[in-house]
Amino acid sequence: MPDVSSIEVEQLYGELRAEAEAGGYHLNPDQAMTRQLLNGLLVNEKRYGYPSCPCRLATGNKDEDLDIICPCDYRDPDLDEYNACYCSLYVSRAAAEGKAKIGSIPERRPPREKRLKTKTEKKAPTLTSLPLPVWRCKVCGYLCARDGPPEVCPICKAKRDRFERFI
Amino acid sequence: MNVTHIDGKEKGKVMLYALSTCGWCKKTKALLNELGIAYDYIDVDLLKGNEQTAVVREIKKHNPDNNFPTMVINDIKCIIGFKEDDIRQEFN
Repeated sequence: MPDVSSIEVEQLYGELRAEAEAGGYHLNPDQAMTRQLLNGLLVNEKRYGYPSCPCRLATGNKDEDLDIICPCDYRDPDLDEYNACYCSLYVSRAAAEGKAKIGSIPERRPPREKRLKTKTEKKAPTLTSLPLPVWRCKVCGYLCARDGPPEVCPICKAKRDRFERFI
Repeated sequence: MNVTHIDGKEKGKVMLYALSTCGWCKKTKALLNELGIAYDYIDVDLLKGNEQTAVVREIKKHNPDNNFPTMVINDIKCIIGFKEDDIRQEFN
């Protein structure tokens, strides 16, 4: 396994924390756990060429692992439902403030067979058959297509209750 | 095969399928160590090619989702994820 130095971990820690906070996200307040996960991300970056989720088995084929490159496609819905992402590198505001408990959560990523099927069957959506609702930040106009609005607008930091359903 | 054995109290056959980079897998190993249970583990991400494929096939018999950690007890019971209470209860 590739070697990762504590200096590399601390550097990534600083960068990701700043990035997360600027975008309305939060890293796990359990610093020992967070350092382990960051170490795992750096190991994966060195051995696969991209920082795939430390808690998922990557194939080494980037195309197949795109959805689990950190931050993964499943982070935001897991933050909404479980207060933490799958590996727990990212947590909700409540968990960051110690008001919500986090733990090992179920895997949201569909099994490989299903993922491949969805990929090949995907059609270009029309405005009336969008796969997800579109939410609009009433403060800055930021638009996002996801099951629900984010906890905080990543652009202007407005809270979730300032979002409206746009489409 | 890269199976690591940890000595401890015999509580049946305990096989832990883990990833070397995973925080929850590390917590699971630490809990088993704290409980002093004898167990075997494989860090599946460190296996290459056919060896990894064979182990994944084995894991899927117990846990079709093939996620980690997967703990198989006596080839029958399966605990998926770091379920601290379940694990403590199992080896109580």
